[in-house]
Amino acid sequence: MPRKFNPFSTSTMPQTERLGERRPSQSKNRLAGLFTKSKEQLQNPQRLQGPSPQMSSPSPLPTISLSTAAGGELDTDESPTTLFEPPSADEAQAQKRRDAQFGPLLDRNHLYVSAHQGGKLLPPIEDEPPYYYVLTTYISYLVLIFLGHARDFFGKRFGDKKSYQSLKVHNGYAPLNDDFDNFYVRRLKRRLDDCFARPTTGVPGRYITLIDRDSNDYNRTYRYTGTYTETLNMSSYNYLGFAQSEGPCADAVEDCVRKTGLSLASPRADTGTSELALEVEREVAKFVGKPAAMVFSMGFVTNAGTFPALVSRGDLIISDELNHASIRIGARLSGAVIRSFKHNNMEDLERKLREAISQGQPRTHRPWKKILVAVEGLYSMEGTMVDLPGVLELKRKYKFYLYIDEAHSIGALGPRGRGVCDYFGIDPSEVDILMGTLTKSFGANGGYIAADKSIIDGLRISNAASLLGESPTPSVLMQILSSLRLITGELCPGQGEERLQRLAFNSRYLRLGLKRLGFITYGHDDSPIIPVVLYNPGKMSAFSHEMLKRKISVVVVGYPATPLISSRARFCISAAHNKDDMDRVLAACDEVGDILQLKYSTGIAGGQDPLPEGVTPEMEAEWRKANGLEGVYKPPRWKLTDVLARGVQDAKEPLR
Amino acid sequence: MDLQEAQAHLANLLRVASDAFHKVPGSAVLVRYIRSSYQNDPVRSAIELVLFIFFIRYLLSPSYSTSKENYVKLTEEEIDELVDEWTPEPLVAAPTPQEEAELEKIPVIAGPTGPKSKLANGKTVTNLASYNFYNFNANEQIKDKAIQALRTYGVGPCGPPQFYGTQDVHMKTEADIASYLGTEGCIVYAHAFSTISSVIPSFCKRGDIIVADRGVNYSIRRGLEISRSSVKWYNHNDFEDLEQVMRKVVKEQAGKKLTRRFIVTEALFETTGDINDLPKLIELKEKYKFRLMLDETWSFGVLGRTGRGLTEAQNVDPSQVDMIVGSLAGPLCAGGGFCAGAKEVVEHQRVSSTAYTFSAALPAMLAVTASECINLLQSNPEILQQCRDNIRLMRAQLDPRSDWVVCTSDPENPIMILIIKPDVVHARRLTVEDQERLLQECVDEALANGVLITKLKTAPIAKHTSLKDGSYVPTPALKVCVTSGLSKKDVEKAGVTIRHAITKVMTRKTNNKLGVPTA
Repeated sequence: MPRKFNPFSTSTMPQTERLGERRPSQSKNRLAGLFTKSKEQLQNPQRLQGPSPQMSSPSPLPTISLSTAAGGELDTDESPTTLFEPPSADEAQAQKRRDAQFGPLLDRNHLYVSAHQGGKLLPPIEDEPPYYYVLTTYISYLVLIFLGHARDFFGKRFGDKKSYQSLKVHNGYAPLNDDFDNFYVRRLKRRLDDCFARPTTGVPGRYITLIDRDSNDYNRTYRYTGTYTETLNMSSYNYLGFAQSEGPCADAVEDCVRKTGLSLASPRADTGTSELALEVEREVAKFVGKPAAMVFSMGFVTNAGTFPALVSRGDLIISDELNHASIRIGARLSGAVIRSFKHNNMEDLERKLREAISQGQPRTHRPWKKILVAVEGLYSMEGTMVDLPGVLELKRKYKFYLYIDEAHSIGALGPRGRGVCDYFGIDPSEVDILMGTLTKSFGANGGYIAADKSIIDGLRISNAASLLGESPTPSVLMQILSSLRLITGELCPGQGEERLQRLAFNSRYLRLGLKRLGFITYGHDDSPIIPVVLYNPGKMSAFSHEMLKRKISVVVVGYPATPLISSRARFCISAAHNKDDMDRVLAACDEVGDILQLKYSTGIAGGQDPLPEGVTPEMEAEWRKANGLEGVYKPPRWKLTDVLARGVQDAKEPLR
Repeated sequence: MDLQEAQAHLANLLRVASDAFHKVPGSAVLVRYIRSSYQNDPVRSAIELVLFIFFIRYLLSPSYSTSKENYVKLTEEEIDELVDEWTPEPLVAAPTPQEEAELEKIPVIAGPTGPKSKLANGKTVTNLASYNFYNFNANEQIKDKAIQALRTYGVGPCGPPQFYGTQDVHMKTEADIASYLGTEGCIVYAHAFSTISSVIPSFCKRGDIIVADRGVNYSIRRGLEISRSSVKWYNHNDFEDLEQVMRKVVKEQAGKKLTRRFIVTEALFETTGDINDLPKLIELKEKYKFRLMLDETWSFGVLGRTGRGLTEAQNVDPSQVDMIVGSLAGPLCAGGGFCAGAKEVVEHQRVSSTAYTFSAALPAMLAVTASECINLLQSNPEILQQCRDNIRLMRAQLDPRSDWVVCTSDPENPIMILIIKPDVVHARRLTVEDQERLLQECVDEALANGVLITKLKTAPIAKHTSLKDGSYVPTPALKVCVTSGLSKKDVEKAGVTIRHAITKVMTRKTNNKLGVPTA
């Protein structure tokens, strides 16, 4: 354990003490109240028209005894004396707690439908910083590398023996870590290690509670201070805000655990197949628009296990260069030949396809048995979407099979939240395999594969992860099922749609604001992932710390997950956020951007001053020509007040 | 006039360029060098220039060969034609009728899994096919804890451990497992099946040497394949062979740069159920300076007085095993897997193990479940004893009494692997497919009589051929998983049912064309 002090040295539950302070004795009462509410919502859909139906707290008091007596098993220890208590401080506390997981919608106006506006999907314009920052970034890395090597050189000879032991031959054993491979971790990552793997507690919803820690040996070990910080959560993949410990999903999960237990304790092919699992598979298939689907208990293994079942020797996988590690591992395990094409570049893909089909397999020139093109729906480090219309056009011509990994796009894109196909208005039957994870938008765990029934049947027999790997637990399955039904509107009609539209609005609003403040962002406008480029490696930890000071938790990513030069911070937007939260982020970014000199943008990627009266965005090109403004862009450095004043209205227009 | 203007412009440009050049620090040195090397000898300068250009080109060229000798140059029209002609094979071959039948036969559980499970067809059967050895699935105390976790953390952690996905419950589970096993540290993965497949490549790189048992399970094989290390095999549980292989490795590597060497094996084997000899392994590993990766997926929570696994059962100090990999998804009724070992072993994986860094963390309620189950095992070792009693009872019904099958599992292994007796196979000249078919009939017959058992899934290993001479065809087998949730009477009854089912299938006329066993 990398710490001197273990807060969990006793074997009691760690949250008991925390529970004590956060959930006072009213928990039973509150639970019962929630049961009632969800039921009531089902019966009175018109009630949901108000802002944030789930958060509205009508006084359900007289109905409690009725509903709990009818349905819940919790009613056995329900004490009737609490029934007629007026809303108390505890009630306010409970409301606060609910809001910390899922923020109330402030205005019906803060909604937007995520859909492609027609036309070709243009790659996002990538802005570049002044050369000064590029140069200093390289110099920073040079300094870091030089210092690291110098410290290694002297450390190995004169330093503390123990800390270098794993790098040296010891007692006849070769070193466990390669000196060279490990250099990055020891000498670069260690410096900003406290920005990673920050331990948390509670629900990763709108807010996330961090467990404070500090280090007095340069992040080698941490000391837990025993305090907690509640921060605005811009880091979790909680796109639709289903990370909740209350509400219809959590109630359904609790019920399911009571009834069916914790696990099926068996792989799918033995006795791990439950009626619930089959129902989830049917629902997932229906949701993504494919005839059949299968679910797995881990997203990573969904990819890593499926590729070997789909392709083998004599086949070719053409994979986007930025595809996720799980796709790469799966592709490697399959035994097929792997080639990659430039990120989202259809010309390059076509070139690769023409070459592959015309040249055939290496050496023998035999034709490839089949070609599988693997892309992601939404790239988690770039925030870019796949150019699906472009890929499908090529697919029709070159007859390859298409595999889309919708890990981040399912639930997060499209007017109905059904991923990239929905976003572009494309029939899912045009895509051969749709894969996605259930970890992100659904607040559960695991992944799914959806395809034609014959393909799924074939996969069930040949996919090792379903033959030998553990099956998803009932609790996870129920979370998937209930969140799916919320999105489709079967459960609490209107709430799912609202979540989708809140996510789309928040994403566009924040992106526009960041552009106007002068930040360089990557990715497409509707993407709920917004990377903000920081460049200098030192700014990664500085940005993370400055944001933490302002109680906002962000993810910073650097080399090797990104190119060396473009270290970035990544904001993950959620439907649980509301406009206030976005404004808080913008205000913090404005301040931090000034302190750290992060406002690099030249304006070509957006953030321009508003167009004069009477000029619509469609007329912009003409207007620029008429006024001799072609190619003239003013670096956007808007004032925060202006950004906030115009944001809501402009976020719904094409972002410029 | 244009020309003049252009000339003036050019002169101006040149002047600006030379000014700028002189401003660059070090430019004077360069000019002086060129001047002194020129020395009115243009040939020399030209040669230097050529050398310089060659040097730059050499630096920029890729270090591997990019020549495409085999490349056929084609015109665009020809390529179009080839594209038109090319027809790919179907993405997934349609399942064969036999496979379809097997798919149909996968039992569907309605409601909770337990010693008595209700199937979707309405029938309640004795479930001897799930790894619910201690029936923790029905334990209300654990359920309460899990629900408490649900009400505090929600279900999913919505992020990978490195990005705010590490929750205090994960750290507690890790600490619990480490203190239970007695190791320095522990890391929890979100999926048991992927754990060892990811642990192996995080340590074993190209050029490293792995010595593996021929009988290892499919997850290990996947890990070996991804690692790109050089894999040597030794015969299943044959320590003489192991020593020979290790000696050979040491001899071959003598004088070369020392590389990492690993032994990878299982504690209880998935495909045969038998047990490993840890003291012997430790002795060999220390003698030849190998590191030991022990897959305790099937022994964690099973072997030893309190279920700590092979180290406890065979009285070995866990710190002598470099990496202990186990599962939380089997008898512990939670989810995920773990790798326990020294501090640096664990910390290394947090950065470089793919299934950890690129996957979402384990749901909090499952982490809590795992902790609670470990707690229970530790405080009530009699749970394990009950299960062992049942194993003994079941074994008594099957192994010595049945004329047709033998159990290859260790006497303490709740997963009883039953293979058809070798002399029966020999006498009837049964192929692997025949055995699979017969065993499937046994499973069906037992189910018809109300006992749910299952068959060992051998296909992934048998089809896995990408590891050089590691190919291994596991013997087809029945899998009977004993649980402490059944009374002695029920266990005996189920045992009799299974035995009768096997006898019935094996003596069925259609299956008996080749004669009765000689025994």
